[in-house]
Amino acid sequence: MIDGFLALYIFMLAAFTGKEIIGRVPVILHTPLMSGSNFVHGIVLVGAMIALAHAESTLAITIGFIGVILGAGNAAGGYVVTERMLEMFKSSKDKK
Amino acid sequence: MATEEMLNWIANASYFLAAVLFILGIKRMASPVTARKGIVQAGIGMVIATLATFAITKGHNIELIVLGIAIGVIPTWLWGKKVAMTDMPQMVALFNGMGGGSAAAIGAGELLKFSHPGSAPPMTTIGLAVLGALIGSVSMTGSIIAWAKLDGRMDKRFNFPGQQIFNFLILAGAIVAGIALIAWQVDSRLIIAFFALALLFGILMTLPIGGADMPVVISLFNALTGLAVAFEGYVMNIPALIIAGTVVGAAGTFLTQLMAKAMNRPISGVLFSNFGGGGSGEAITGAQKPIEASDAASLLYMAEKVIIVPGYGMAVAQAQHKIWELTQALIKAGKEVKFAIHPVAGRMPGHMNVLLAEAGVPYDLIADMDDINPEFKTCDVSIVIGANDVVNPAAKTDKSSPIYGMPILNVVDSRQTIVIKRGKGTGFAGIENALFYADNTRLLYADGKEAANQLISELKMIEGGGGH
Repeated sequence: MIDGFLALYIFMLAAFTGKEIIGRVPVILHTPLMSGSNFVHGIVLVGAMIALAHAESTLAITIGFIGVILGAGNAAGGYVVTERMLEMFKSSKDKK
Repeated sequence: MATEEMLNWIANASYFLAAVLFILGIKRMASPVTARKGIVQAGIGMVIATLATFAITKGHNIELIVLGIAIGVIPTWLWGKKVAMTDMPQMVALFNGMGGGSAAAIGAGELLKFSHPGSAPPMTTIGLAVLGALIGSVSMTGSIIAWAKLDGRMDKRFNFPGQQIFNFLILAGAIVAGIALIAWQVDSRLIIAFFALALLFGILMTLPIGGADMPVVISLFNALTGLAVAFEGYVMNIPALIIAGTVVGAAGTFLTQLMAKAMNRPISGVLFSNFGGGGSGEAITGAQKPIEASDAASLLYMAEKVIIVPGYGMAVAQAQHKIWELTQALIKAGKEVKFAIHPVAGRMPGHMNVLLAEAGVPYDLIADMDDINPEFKTCDVSIVIGANDVVNPAAKTDKSSPIYGMPILNVVDSRQTIVIKRGKGTGFAGIENALFYADNTRLLYADGKEAANQLISELKMIEGGGGH
């Protein structure tokens, strides 16, 4: 189990990381970046998978199953949409 | 036992690797040169983390897990592949809602587990499970409403007297139920009441928000889902969720601020007030001066430097491909052509860039507002197509105008302006635009696609007759 303060440190460092890495994003990438970070929180799928694996009662299994479906949808949809948007960002040098 | 330890180690190492790939991926996505590599990297991280999870679930409910993933992945993948670029913002909202729902489901499952007698964990754990579930639920239903609004499936705005107080009471109710779960006992009826209130609040808080403010709201929900994932990651003891969720939560919050700033709308104003109800601004005297496509084409032919200012109207008319064709014709004729993008052109910041990119416009021809604004003075002809409020000089000069203070593109500085417009209507904010009445502005009344077509053929005629 992660100790409370250790978790707090992780949380603090990750929060600064999140702000720093996108610190200088140009406006043209706001929408794709939002979509990309939307994809990244699709990692919730992993949590839902583990929850479903540990579920025993019918209710818990149902909830876990819904969680897995929604998490997988977040990850898959988020990826496709972001990839499609970014695929279009080519400079004039890349072409022909 | 040794195998189990090994499997756990493999899973933990994979989660660590995934966290690194996510952070690198998001960082790369923040620059146009590396953005495409960024999403692929983050994608690899996701696949690694998902596969590694099978190593530690020991095959429990494995059929259901695989089935659930298939049900979640296949339709969203196919849908995401074929949806039109103009509809991207609402897709992001929808997928974000799914993530919030997943986090809420994890929270619900964990709380259910804690409700069995004698299995209550430390208060921090219940607290974060409740908090994650609250945020995830609000993000889910809120995102669904945002999707429905942007997709045109729902009336733009929904107001009733005392709405804010009512919403506040619902939120307060959810919080009280949450606190009772933490401090009193994890009771199943209380869990149901808590979720019902949280889900309801998500709907209620999004209903009164107008379509123009939706991007900021979606970005906010995106950040919230990240936080919900981080909290549930703590409850489930998976550091990868804590890190990825927090990074998204922080990046998303920052991005929301950037967007709100670009739109000149404070976040509190987006959430708690309504837009477009303000004053009407000063009346404008003078007349709009029309121009024929042939004359507009000769203006372009004589120009050396042309700046094109596209707005959402261009995207609605599906004119971006024709505009790019026109641009290519102008470049071929030796003109310097640039696209000027207002931060909120399109439906959310950066959306216009995506739409232009789809039409094949290279991103180095596209300039941000701050970079291009000084260049309008040296520009011979500006073409405004489907943009209105973002080029209205009243935002700078008229204190009584509802858009006063919003940063605008200084199209009014250019020597000549051609405005392509269907009719004489006003923009989204419902305000007259002084630019359209300026002495050096000419209006080309036509559908965007049609106008671009005419300009291309007129330009060809001039070039053919000009005898090079």
